[in-house]
Amino acid sequence: MAADPDSHPLLEARAISKRFGGVRALEGVSASFHAGEVVAVMGENGAGKSTLMKCLAGVHQPNAGQVAVDGDLVSIPDVRAAEKLGIAFIHQELNLAENLNIGANVYLGREPRKFGPFFDQREIRLRTQDLLDALELDVTPDTPVRNLSIGHRQMVEIAKALSQKARILIMDEPTSSLSLHETRILFRLVKKLREEGMCIVFISHRMAEVEEIADRVIVLKDGRNSGELGREEINRDRIVSLMVGRELVAHEKTVAKTGEIMLEVRDLRVARFPDVPISFELRAGEVVGMAGLVGAGRTEVARAVFGIDRALDGEVWVQGEKVSIKHPQDAIRAGLALVPEDRKAQGAILNLAIRDNVAMVGMDRWQRAGFVKDRQIDQRAEEARESLRIRTPNTRQQVSMLSGGNQQKVVLAKWMPLRPRIFLLDEPTRGIDVGSKSEIYEVIDQMTTEGAAVLAISSELEEVLRISDRVIVMHEGRIAGQVARDDPHFSEKGIMQLATGGE
Amino acid sequence: MLSLKNTLKENPKLLVIFGLLALLFIVTSLLQPSFRDPATLTNTMRWIGLYGIISIGVAFVIITGGIDLSIGSLIALSGVMLPMLLKGDIFFSDPLPVPLAFGLVLLISLGIGLFHGVLVTKLGLQPFLVTLCGLFIYRGLARAAGNDQTQGFGGDFSGLKNALVKDKLFDFIPMSFVVLIMIGIIAAVVLNKTVFGRYLLAVGHNEEAAKFSGIKTDRVKIAAYMICSLLGGFAGMLFVLDTNGATPSSFGNFYELYAIAGAVLGGCSLRGGEGAIFGVICGAALVQVAEKAVFFLGVEEKSKFTVIGIFILGGVIADELFRRVNEKRMAGGGGTGPPGDSPDPAGSEA
Repeated sequence: MAADPDSHPLLEARAISKRFGGVRALEGVSASFHAGEVVAVMGENGAGKSTLMKCLAGVHQPNAGQVAVDGDLVSIPDVRAAEKLGIAFIHQELNLAENLNIGANVYLGREPRKFGPFFDQREIRLRTQDLLDALELDVTPDTPVRNLSIGHRQMVEIAKALSQKARILIMDEPTSSLSLHETRILFRLVKKLREEGMCIVFISHRMAEVEEIADRVIVLKDGRNSGELGREEINRDRIVSLMVGRELVAHEKTVAKTGEIMLEVRDLRVARFPDVPISFELRAGEVVGMAGLVGAGRTEVARAVFGIDRALDGEVWVQGEKVSIKHPQDAIRAGLALVPEDRKAQGAILNLAIRDNVAMVGMDRWQRAGFVKDRQIDQRAEEARESLRIRTPNTRQQVSMLSGGNQQKVVLAKWMPLRPRIFLLDEPTRGIDVGSKSEIYEVIDQMTTEGAAVLAISSELEEVLRISDRVIVMHEGRIAGQVARDDPHFSEKGIMQLATGGE
Repeated sequence: MLSLKNTLKENPKLLVIFGLLALLFIVTSLLQPSFRDPATLTNTMRWIGLYGIISIGVAFVIITGGIDLSIGSLIALSGVMLPMLLKGDIFFSDPLPVPLAFGLVLLISLGIGLFHGVLVTKLGLQPFLVTLCGLFIYRGLARAAGNDQTQGFGGDFSGLKNALVKDKLFDFIPMSFVVLIMIGIIAAVVLNKTVFGRYLLAVGHNEEAAKFSGIKTDRVKIAAYMICSLLGGFAGMLFVLDTNGATPSSFGNFYELYAIAGAVLGGCSLRGGEGAIFGVICGAALVQVAEKAVFFLGVEEKSKFTVIGIFILGGVIADELFRRVNEKRMAGGGGTGPPGDSPDPAGSEA
């Protein structure tokens, strides 16, 4: 835990305020970070977590307040300055040049040179190898980053931070796109770095992670300090109540009355796992969770069913009728909806207005003779804003201006008017805060009460267990098992065993 | 939404281009008063009309994130073919009636657009390469069709020339400009009011998300290439009616670049997804006014391109600077997202 209280903290934010024009992002936020501790920064979307981190890492300039390193006031005009002070910042979306190898990425912009303009390949390789060894990574410096998994890429970012002699490592949602296994490796590394005296600060939405690894939790709410919890005080309920400023009413799942078979997939084979045919069915009124490690083939199944990728073969039956799905449009006609895993690249069109996104699916309904009925779209968008509680002053706002949770609500909103009978949700709450999460669970609940069938792919076991009536567990392209809600194996442990290939 | 006021409100960078246009016009008029003679103005508008049409065409392709480099050669092809068809020198031994000749040229243009679109979408070729090859091919076809001889109307078809290009509305506005405005209105309606237009913007912004929404993105893109070539072929006929003759080896040279310059100055991003027809017309006008201004200000012919190039570059820079200032203002003072919500899509706080 925190070192000697008399010594100066490694990094300290004193009453930092940051405005973006009229919007107050941070209002007098103070925080201190000590050597050898892991600090989690938590808060709902828009609480100011990322802004605070960016102020400390030189990405943003605070409007008021001070930053101190080792007790001395410093100014951090840019990222370079932060690096010089020993502060390394790893963005949620990693910043690596995929076409270059690991060594080149680690030393990008700081290449050891020889003979003036030439970089010293040997030196780069040697130094990078040392770093990779220290991180216990089993790859060579010459491996192209393109060939690395997300987890490994993150390790490369950390290697880069270490190469800069960083003493403070700030990570913005490091685990949001990691598999469970990769998360374990990351945490082992974090613990090791902590022992070596590094301070690791990370933003996370995942309670279980924070409970496991954080020595201290700093909670922000609406751009202000909401509270801090020490190691012994960390628990889910306390964090949540600090985050939302109220006791969150736990979402109670409505237990489904399952009806007829809505979707049946027979012997579907996808390009990535050509030898493994997949069959499953979804019934009206049920939520079927699809669990598995990242790369187990869950997304591939959803994409193939929805007609994004062509399946090698297999049949899709909707309400007892065989349908031919060659394009998402065919799937939509058959009553399917897909909320894709990558909200920003696949789900929403960020630079378009909320209203235009909401109307993007099935625009046939909003047109006459090819002309768009804008007034009706506005009306519809307004309804969606209210029913899904999308937090925005108006629906002409660009989607990029919204927080993650609200963006996801827009993606959901675009399907609602079509009243799909089958929802395929791929990581429906990835990277969004607890408040929005429960709101989205409520929406899912509503889908099934209205008689739709839902397939929910999720890498968060907690979520899978919370929302599913039945869980399909995938492992390396095949269905490793199914667990119903009343099954004794309907637990994190039971599902994890199947997901990792156990019995 | 189509009103000028709203357009400017939603897309304030149009102000920049409009301001530049006005500024250039006023400055040149002050330095050289004959620049604002009605006759000169009419003349300038005639050219704006002709070039504006191809700028609108290429804007559709640019909005999808593509490009069309073949427009100049297509203009040559259509400009060479129209007089030949009307005189019975090609395909048919008898002179073709005007509507049929027009129809045939437009049909060929549409076919070319379809060809581009299919190669780009179904084969996944890069638009730059596909249309670069088109640039060579159609120029070659124009030269072969015209036997490398200048093809013209002589003293005939003056009725057609007047009706489409030269006649003046209210004794002032040339027909080519009227045609541009009509095409511009149709294009603006298509872009802003129709489902196709909405899809076009969606595909330009984020093709993958559009596909996930069930939009047949390939069809949308193919249609954009077809519109571009259709307008290119149509403009080619107007150009040849204006000049009275087309020399296959040089007719329409570089016109694709004028078209692209106009579209980009007018607010189209080469990254796709952005563009407004009013801006494109202003952009095309700016290029033409710049060209005329250079002439009126007595810049020597040999320096003409340097000056025009620098001017367009200045316009692009002004536009980019304005965009940044505006973005900062929006990000800051927009009062939009919840507090602390980063407006930067990459850095959004999830």
